[in-house]
Amino acid sequence: MNSKLTNRLATGMFWLVGLGILAILAWFLWHILSAGLPHISWKFLTKKPEEMLSGGGIGPQLFNSFYILALSLLFSIPFGVGAGIWLSEYAKKNRFTDLVRLATEMLASVPSIVFGLFGLLVFVTTLHMGYSIIGGALTLSLLNLPVLVRVTEETLRAVPDSYREASLALGATKWQTIRKVLLPTALPGLVTGITLVAGRALGESAILIFTAGVSVSRFAPDFNVMASGETLAVHLWYVRSEGLVPDATQIAEGTAALLVLVVLILNLVIALPSRFLQRKMAGKSS
Amino acid sequence: MTMTAVQEKIRVQNLNLFYGDNQALYDIDLSMQAGSITAFIGPSGCGKSTLLRTLNRMNDLIPSVKITGEVLVDNQNIYADDTDVVSLRKRVGMVFQRPNPFPMSIYDNIAYGPRIHGIKRKRDLDEIVEKSLRQAALWEEVKDRLNKSAMGLSGGQQQRLCIARLLAVDPDVLLMDEPTSALDPISTLKVEELTQELKDKYSIIIVTHNMQQAARISDTTAFFLNGVMVEHGETDKLFTNPGDQRTEDYITGRFG
Amino acid sequence: MDIAIKETHDDRCASAPPSWNNRRRRADRMMHWLFIGSAAFVSLIIFSIILFVGSQGLKTFADVSVLQFFSLDWTPSENKFGAGVFILGSFIVTGLALVLAVPFAVLGAVFMSKIAPNWMREIMRPATDLFVGIPSVVYGLVGLTTFVPIVGKLTGTAGFGVLPAALILAIMILPTILSVSEDAIRTLPGSLEEASYALGATRWQTIRKVLIPAATPGILTGVILGMGRAIGEAMAVQMVIGNAPLLPKGLGDPTSVLTTQIVKEMLNAPFGSTLSNSLFLMSLVLLLVSLSLILIIRIVARRRAV
Repeated sequence: MNSKLTNRLATGMFWLVGLGILAILAWFLWHILSAGLPHISWKFLTKKPEEMLSGGGIGPQLFNSFYILALSLLFSIPFGVGAGIWLSEYAKKNRFTDLVRLATEMLASVPSIVFGLFGLLVFVTTLHMGYSIIGGALTLSLLNLPVLVRVTEETLRAVPDSYREASLALGATKWQTIRKVLLPTALPGLVTGITLVAGRALGESAILIFTAGVSVSRFAPDFNVMASGETLAVHLWYVRSEGLVPDATQIAEGTAALLVLVVLILNLVIALPSRFLQRKMAGKSS
Repeated sequence: MTMTAVQEKIRVQNLNLFYGDNQALYDIDLSMQAGSITAFIGPSGCGKSTLLRTLNRMNDLIPSVKITGEVLVDNQNIYADDTDVVSLRKRVGMVFQRPNPFPMSIYDNIAYGPRIHGIKRKRDLDEIVEKSLRQAALWEEVKDRLNKSAMGLSGGQQQRLCIARLLAVDPDVLLMDEPTSALDPISTLKVEELTQELKDKYSIIIVTHNMQQAARISDTTAFFLNGVMVEHGETDKLFTNPGDQRTEDYITGRFG
Repeated sequence: MDIAIKETHDDRCASAPPSWNNRRRRADRMMHWLFIGSAAFVSLIIFSIILFVGSQGLKTFADVSVLQFFSLDWTPSENKFGAGVFILGSFIVTGLALVLAVPFAVLGAVFMSKIAPNWMREIMRPATDLFVGIPSVVYGLVGLTTFVPIVGKLTGTAGFGVLPAALILAIMILPTILSVSEDAIRTLPGSLEEASYALGATRWQTIRKVLIPAATPGILTGVILGMGRAIGEAMAVQMVIGNAPLLPKGLGDPTSVLTTQIVKEMLNAPFGSTLSNSLFLMSLVLLLVSLSLILIIRIVARRRAV
């Protein structure tokens, strides 16, 4: 067969696949938003959910989502960033380093439902936390850790060695170099990475079903970390598969649209300033 | 500190350096005086930069490097076990081949050193920043934009900024690793002039691949070849009447 | 001015308190230990997960024999805890999802790295990133409201089952495989391509005979990562698969996989019961499968390095 003709056919096929993939993604987004956005109202966002009647809101779930997210970041950022700094700045080539890398990689591959059962076993049952905001946040922070480690290590490695040399040659200690030169320079990358982690944690459900529970506190907002803390993603699953309210579909669609909106916003709004920050650091804006 | 005319600042004794299994420096013996400029010359890969980096232990950053022998700064062996590398580097500062300002403002670049050494008062910092920039002959050019990013300066200005940043921590010795190799001729001239002004107060060691530069600015010159120090002597004598055939071949351009 | 400089030469940094050097050196040492501590702590987690989940799961064997656990009969009310159906189901659904997703992902990766114009790339890259970030329950909901009714109409059943689960998983893992493969193709040395063009090959011949074979280890890594994601996915699958502990006979039949069975039963299983323990054991199986995928990726990567 004529190789030129084949080539032209193949190019057509590639375009078709590329456009097809984009079309699937676009359809997906449109489908979620068009079905869900009409259900989103101020009342929906702030009202408490109903058990049996229609017209319930998702106020407590919205609060719990961000509360648990914030706590989980609070727990995981120090350890994740610390381990990332160690890997990038201190680790020598030896057995222990290999072990840390392998362990982090393994942790990154753990299915979230296994984290969920681990949290159920350790935090909820053994440590008597029950289905609680704190149990959920602690377990969720385990999911965050490996990504934080990797992002920190990668962004620090991207900082040119000349900065390290310059700082050490001035008599700075290693920690001073890390705190005053390396971390500020790596900040845009770190912010992007933490955004990524936050987006994933916000949409997580399998972990939280077994640790934060599928019900909400009678009070809203309830800052008590021992209160049970159903989140948006869990609520979406719960109303759709076990819920008794007649408007379960609408609530699920509204919640789905809200989750996607939040992910969109995280991707756009926080990624843009970090790009801006990067430009500013490079001195091009001056 | 009293400045006697001949005061030994740095002595290198019997120094050998290995990168893993490869030896890069062989039995170096070298003495450098306070208040003078010493130039290291030689073809690339001869070990001159490597030697320079042993003088403030920057080679510590490379894990595979092994060193035997001694380097004495003010009669103290800096490779002794109880050496505080951090305060050594404050006394023996370094300017690198490529200008490497931090991605911060000009002011913060200069204030970085004093700050990490514990100076916090704004008044003190202001004073040090101005003094250091004046010493590096950069003050007039940047005084109106101290809060702008240092990355916006030209290459020559960046290198003088790095020198000012170094002067701000008040070292005794300035190590300069081919400081003008990335600069245009006019900037090069400015940096060379600067070294002349600084040499009264600081001991300067400069690595250069440019023999004219070594001849112009240094008091003594050491010639290196394949990790061996072939010859070290007064610059005038070394360039006009070298004691070794290899030195003569190099400075007359037969290789290099 | 000369004199002024000389005066300051010795005390420019003298206004620092003398204890400063000790303080920052202590801080330096302390932070070093904190970083090592963080690294050690992060490493410990995976082993404690294996230990805790494993020891809880292995308690199953007090009541159930190994053979029974891997059998196909799951009837907890009659004390039959055979998880074979779910293990098989996991592999069937994951395999089907890979069959659906891999061709698209690889072709898409070639398109993105070699054929698409820049503006198209600028759209595709953030779009794929975005889709990695969409919560799995949202995928589940879309599967539930679109694929289930369609499959139902086509097969004349309720529509819950293997096919919608595989479809939704395929969409979920497509961006993962695509972006890893795209990376592998984009980072190939340009000389490969040039050599092929210099011999008069067309773009299609170059892609098929040179680029894809050279990028195979990277593509394989992407496929394995996608497989890991598919086999560990719980919520999206649980919403569309029908959750019946039976082996499927056709694509439209409901079944259940490891993850979905855990989601379905765990909330109602009393802690310490054989049912609960067997669910822990199933999650141990899941964990071990995921970890062995990591080992495979490492082996593939090592081969590539040689």
